[in-house]
Amino acid sequence: MKLEGIVSKLKERYPQAIVEATTFREESTLGLRTEDLLEVCRYLRDDPELSFHFLTDLCGVDRYPAEPRFEVVYHLCSLKTKERLRLKVFLPEASPALPSVFSVWKAADWLEREAYDMFGIAFTGHPDLRRILLTPDWEGHPLRKDYPLRG
Amino acid sequence: MANTETMILNMGPQHPSTHGVLRIILELDGEVVVKATPDIGFLHRGLEKLAESKTYHQCIPLTDRLDYVAGMSNNLAYVLAVEKLLGVEVPPRAQAIRVLLSELQRIASHLFWLGTHAHDLGAMTPLFYALRERDEILFLFERVCGSRLTPSYFRVGGLAQDLPDGFEEACRRFIQTFPAHVDEYETLLTRNKIWMRRTQGVGAISGEEAVQWGLSGPILRASNVNWDIRRAFPYSGYENYQFIVPTGKNGDVYDRYIVRLMEMRQSNEIVRQVLDRLPAGEIRIQDPKVVFPSKVRIQESIEALIHHFHIASEGFPVPKGEVYASIESPKGELGFYLISDGSGKPRRFRVRPPSFINLSALPTMVQGKLVADVVAIIGSIDIVLAEVDR
Repeated sequence: MKLEGIVSKLKERYPQAIVEATTFREESTLGLRTEDLLEVCRYLRDDPELSFHFLTDLCGVDRYPAEPRFEVVYHLCSLKTKERLRLKVFLPEASPALPSVFSVWKAADWLEREAYDMFGIAFTGHPDLRRILLTPDWEGHPLRKDYPLRG
Repeated sequence: MANTETMILNMGPQHPSTHGVLRIILELDGEVVVKATPDIGFLHRGLEKLAESKTYHQCIPLTDRLDYVAGMSNNLAYVLAVEKLLGVEVPPRAQAIRVLLSELQRIASHLFWLGTHAHDLGAMTPLFYALRERDEILFLFERVCGSRLTPSYFRVGGLAQDLPDGFEEACRRFIQTFPAHVDEYETLLTRNKIWMRRTQGVGAISGEEAVQWGLSGPILRASNVNWDIRRAFPYSGYENYQFIVPTGKNGDVYDRYIVRLMEMRQSNEIVRQVLDRLPAGEIRIQDPKVVFPSKVRIQESIEALIHHFHIASEGFPVPKGEVYASIESPKGELGFYLISDGSGKPRRFRVRPPSFINLSALPTMVQGKLVADVVAIIGSIDIVLAEVDR
């Protein structure tokens, strides 16, 4: 199924969920509403025409000084259709939190822990959300733009 | 019934068989692993943060130091991402040379893996053999870019410079003798009873679970999932070369060994094909705003001098936007997600690290296995801690 087909299929099924849709260098990015994230991800994985069984990557982004400050970016891949898709959710600066997608893709386990470690983004429902690269007593979240390079 | 408790055994971060600074907290019931909890981050250097204060060109040496056993591959994945952002494609000669060096790099990485993995399981001879051949590849790299492990040879827009005289001959000599060397390694291990006992049926993971965990590279293919970025999303002209993508059946440590061995042979074949049809021509795109002008021109032309100054000091501007580009590195899918704000420095420099993601499936693979199997399984994943931790 071609990329436009995937996007329109999703728009049809979850019209409220999509807050923005862009294409750049032949890559499609969909911005989703945080409350719809989990359901949309499950649909993308389980629908036989979409089959996004592979979570390629999950990371945080700090858009400071833009509002909302944080993004969580998901890169999905379908081994069956050889399509790629990028999803994003936007989170406010105060207590950024969103549902964990570990129940959809196990690959999210360590990737979400890293986003938490580096940005301080909380993933609700994650089985074991704690720092992964830094020591447990570390203060601050280094990939935030207001964290100095020296640390 | 006697009341038994489990024992906590700490493995690493300093350990001869963890392939770097990896710590695993093992909860054991006798010799059986009840639970394994990896503790990583000992080699975390804040690479992603460092990159935000460097120009796109200056980030290239940072990428060398990710998977330090496969420098060329890291460079390639990164420059492809920047080129995608810029919307440029490098000339055919540059593409072919990139493929040639990436495949030599794949062989070198797999050789290092083979020697160390076999050594972990008690087979000490393959290490000497494998490193001997790997050394020849490192000499080839030294001819090309002056460095064995940190090439920084690929540039945004092409290559740093063309192949030196004598390189093609030396490379042909290598690929002529290499298949016989792989046969040598096989005589030591493939039908060796001890090797088979220690690797067959050990650490198996099903294809479905492997996909769930986001595994990539030989470990995914050994679990019978035919997925290779060179075939799925071809880059740098890979669609022009004939090669087999080997897959395994059982997804155990033995199958991962077989897959990597076969990949070495296939890489040798790809190098042969590249050499046979290496196109002549430019090795860089002709865009003075992105690619450094030649030193000769800088001395003669004021515009070239100005371009050089701009690129070196503030970096070339990259259009606003974001891209994800990935390659099939020896460890798996190595990708770069770059966000550009229109300036000369990346806003976000995200490495999609195959070793990190592959390692996350370790607890699943060692559960219920013996402590000795933990060593075999870690080795079979083929991780480099610098890529895990960044």
